[in-house]
Amino acid sequence: MRLQYPSNIQIILVPCTGKVDVIHMLHAFEKGADGVYVVGCMEGDCHFNSGNLRARKRVEQVRKILDTINIGGERVQMYNLSSSEGLRFTQFAIEMNERILKLGPNPIKRAADKAA
Amino acid sequence: MIVADRKPVEEIIEEVKDHDKILILGCNECVTVCEAGGKKEVAVLASVLRMHFLNQGQTVRIDERTLQRQCDHEYLEEVRDIIDQYNAVVSLACGVGVQFMAEKYHATPVYPGVNTVFMGVTEERGLWTERCQGCGECILARTGGICPISRCAKRVLNGPCGGSTKGSCEIHKDVVCAWQLIVERLKALDRFDDYEKLSALKDWSTDRAGGPRKVVREDLQDESKDT
Repeated sequence: MRLQYPSNIQIILVPCTGKVDVIHMLHAFEKGADGVYVVGCMEGDCHFNSGNLRARKRVEQVRKILDTINIGGERVQMYNLSSSEGLRFTQFAIEMNERILKLGPNPIKRAADKAA
Repeated sequence: MIVADRKPVEEIIEEVKDHDKILILGCNECVTVCEAGGKKEVAVLASVLRMHFLNQGQTVRIDERTLQRQCDHEYLEEVRDIIDQYNAVVSLACGVGVQFMAEKYHATPVYPGVNTVFMGVTEERGLWTERCQGCGECILARTGGICPISRCAKRVLNGPCGGSTKGSCEIHKDVVCAWQLIVERLKALDRFDDYEKLSALKDWSTDRAGGPRKVVREDLQDESKDT
């Protein structure tokens, strides 16, 4: 397919989105990520039964936390697709990239630069 | 175990906003099991606070540490050599741990990071329910192993009361009538005759009515301390 997706996205492979914890997403933001999105299998299709459902709940938790501390909950998102949907993968990447570009850089990064 | 629930982040931020060197102190026991104050929750809270203060333009040092317990001297001693580095501690232990920490380190304010709720069980992950109120005089032998003190809204000793309907308590249909459970259990144990035996008035002086309580075991106490 040779589909293109924005080059500023760094992919971190995990065995299942159920492995992704709240602290992993928070650490990404603390280290300056402008946005984080988790791409899991379709709901109901998790090989481990509930990994992607857990991930969705954790993404929601992070969203609330980021809203609470004024970083912006919309910087985090959960997506679902099946493994053969390369096109959807690129669509998610483009959608998230556009959203983050509109929001601008992670305010933590700017604050850290100012403090340094 | 002692069950606690997470405090809203906003409340914790309000507690510590005037401090610039903060230790987030977790506990490896009950609050770890109920996922309110263990190592993972310490990491999450520390990360959130670091980002919050940075976003506010404040330079605040926030460190993480989790002790095996916060209700025993020997574990609390593990932070003695570092406590002076901080001007505030947020303890994610239960209220017992927060208080013991505060008793031990007078010069450092200790703030609670969780709401301690009750003594109970993990029914399933994410669902904890109350089982014991520490009344000081256990009557479970008479009630088929089901506690009317902690599970009956009225703490009725000879129940059920008139508010029991189809096995539910009158305070809410989702609250099971403890006395219904007791009756069913006594029947299953073939001890239903015991239900007819009336409980005498309970001595509540062993409960909170008698003021703060203590357990003294002279057989365990270190005699060398007396001499």
